[in-house]
Amino acid sequence: MLSLLKRDLSLATRAGGGFGLAVAFFLILCALVPFGVGPATTALRPIAPGILWVGALLACLLSLDRIFALDHEDGSLDLLATAPIPLEGVVAVKALAHWITTGLPLVAAAPLFGVLLHLPGSAMPWLVASLLIGTPALSMLGAFGAAITVGLRRGGLLLSLLVLPLYIPTLIFGTEIIRRGAERGDPATPILFLAGITAGVVALVPFAAAAALRVNLR
Amino acid sequence: MSIWEYANPVKFMRVSGAMLPWVVASAVLCTAGGIAWGVLTPEDYKQGATVKIVFLHVPAAMMAINIWVMMLAASLIWLIRRHHVSALAAKAAAPVGAVMTLIALVTGAIWGQPMWGTWWEWDPRLTSFLILFLFYAGYIALWSAIEDPDSAADLTGVLCLVGSVFALLSRYAVLFWNQGLHQGASLSVAPGERMSAVYRYPLYLSMLGFFLLFLALLLIRTRTEIRRRRLAALQAREMRA
Amino acid sequence: MRLLAVDHLSVARGGTRAVEGVSFALDAGEALILRGPNGIGKTTLLRTVAGLQLPVAGRISMADDAVAYAAHADGLKAALTVTENLRFWAEIFGGGQIGAALAAMDLVSLADRPAAALSAGQKRRLGLARLLVTRRPLWVLDEPTVSLDDVSVGRFAAAVRAHLGAGGAALMATHIDLGLAEARVLDLTPYRAVEGGVADPASFNEAFA
Repeated sequence: MLSLLKRDLSLATRAGGGFGLAVAFFLILCALVPFGVGPATTALRPIAPGILWVGALLACLLSLDRIFALDHEDGSLDLLATAPIPLEGVVAVKALAHWITTGLPLVAAAPLFGVLLHLPGSAMPWLVASLLIGTPALSMLGAFGAAITVGLRRGGLLLSLLVLPLYIPTLIFGTEIIRRGAERGDPATPILFLAGITAGVVALVPFAAAAALRVNLR
Repeated sequence: MSIWEYANPVKFMRVSGAMLPWVVASAVLCTAGGIAWGVLTPEDYKQGATVKIVFLHVPAAMMAINIWVMMLAASLIWLIRRHHVSALAAKAAAPVGAVMTLIALVTGAIWGQPMWGTWWEWDPRLTSFLILFLFYAGYIALWSAIEDPDSAADLTGVLCLVGSVFALLSRYAVLFWNQGLHQGASLSVAPGERMSAVYRYPLYLSMLGFFLLFLALLLIRTRTEIRRRRLAALQAREMRA
Repeated sequence: MRLLAVDHLSVARGGTRAVEGVSFALDAGEALILRGPNGIGKTTLLRTVAGLQLPVAGRISMADDAVAYAAHADGLKAALTVTENLRFWAEIFGGGQIGAALAAMDLVSLADRPAAALSAGQKRRLGLARLLVTRRPLWVLDEPTVSLDDVSVGRFAAAVRAHLGAGGAALMATHIDLGLAEARVLDLTPYRAVEGGVADPASFNEAFA
């Protein structure tokens, strides 16, 4: 399992791996929003939590189809399916690799983008915390969508259609944490909800994703 | 005799064929009767004639949710017991459910415009229906995207399962999200709640009508799917021979 | 020791039954070559034995985690070197010596080259070297000699023979003569699926026919 994680990470960082693309996309999105709504703090501050979370969602979505498609094309997936590690483990490790290469950089870069959108300083820790808790669920649900669409020739668009509705609860609680943080409210309740969703997703979705992969391999 | 015998395609075709004319006739009678009776009810002292859209709105909304539950049950039956008719019934139900959701949303908007002064409000109930529509759309899109029928049935079944959990989760997350924006309950008219009998009985009839309408459409669409499969199988045999 | 027993196996491809009623067994040290015209279902049969596909009917009995499967796609990553590719599969399968596998397939001089820079034949050799590091007793090979030259075919045959000698077994589909005199040959032509053979539906659509 560890060697699979190591391989996926080194593939992502080598030429053509696309490491860092998600952060660049995130940056562009945050740079475009002020052009759309105007540069005033009063315009940017209220929408900053939403923009940051929707941006993270879309940045995460960009690289989802790579989770299984490349391994499916070159036959690795067939070989992994016959390997001694369970397919559920393969799914979990690949989702983890996706999170480390896209989710984690987003978490690290988020305060910078928060500054761009005039997010108040008091909300910054909550921005980082909400993304840190929420993005693993995004990667795991994305892996589920990728597993369902892996055999399809034009799965990319369908993948978005399938995965984005699944992101709604995460999005709602994630932004609520930042909003309450910005208003110096108590974000404990949405944090618990978000953590609960992530824990449930990480524990259960690998089984659904592995079932979908098995169907697509046969 | 077990209920599973109806999962046999031949038996299903025979029984559903015999049922179909009766179901269609009663669906037309009940729906038309319910709506006509509804139109003839007196005007509400506050809402005026607009209240009469309730006889379309509420039954459609009710069926939108119930059809998804039916699809979930059918998907589970397919995944666990591998009854082919069940998978096709789930497939056949999805577009009907999507249309019901759409009817609920559109009639809601038409009703909401004069009442609330806006076509759309991010009320928890409305938002949940929009999300439900997205789930229907994804489900239908997945069925049409996969060529191999076995894989399509399996994958949409898994999607329906996961989607159900998240549709429910979204429903409650939306309630949470809307807190502090405005109070939702005052805007929605709960069915049966403080509604006088003058409106209630035609509404019940209309709801029964919509249920029968769904049943009729489900039977027709499932029969069509079965015939399509039979045709494909016969063509495959022809090609091999 | 019996490594694989296939009993009245029927397989389907894309919803149509391919071959049915196939039975054979493989003991340690045995090799079986499947033959038959294109499209009869050799690949499907091999995928079914490897556990990637469910049989339509019949039984496959073997030990858990016994199969090393190799097909047209070698599962190589272009960005990784030959050694890295091989080490990955060795670690995944909890397996064997990379050095010996590289030597057996004559890849030592290419060890540090990225897989992207390999020729088709060299990639194939790397794909076959993977079999050696899996330490699985039963090799299931689908056209293993595609794009190999004569010398490499000989090398591959030697590797298979060594595997059989060490108590392994091999099931393969191939059209060329490997020079494996001890291998049995099974022609699948008589097992081609016929109409109305078995009651179970082979596919979704056939359930309604």
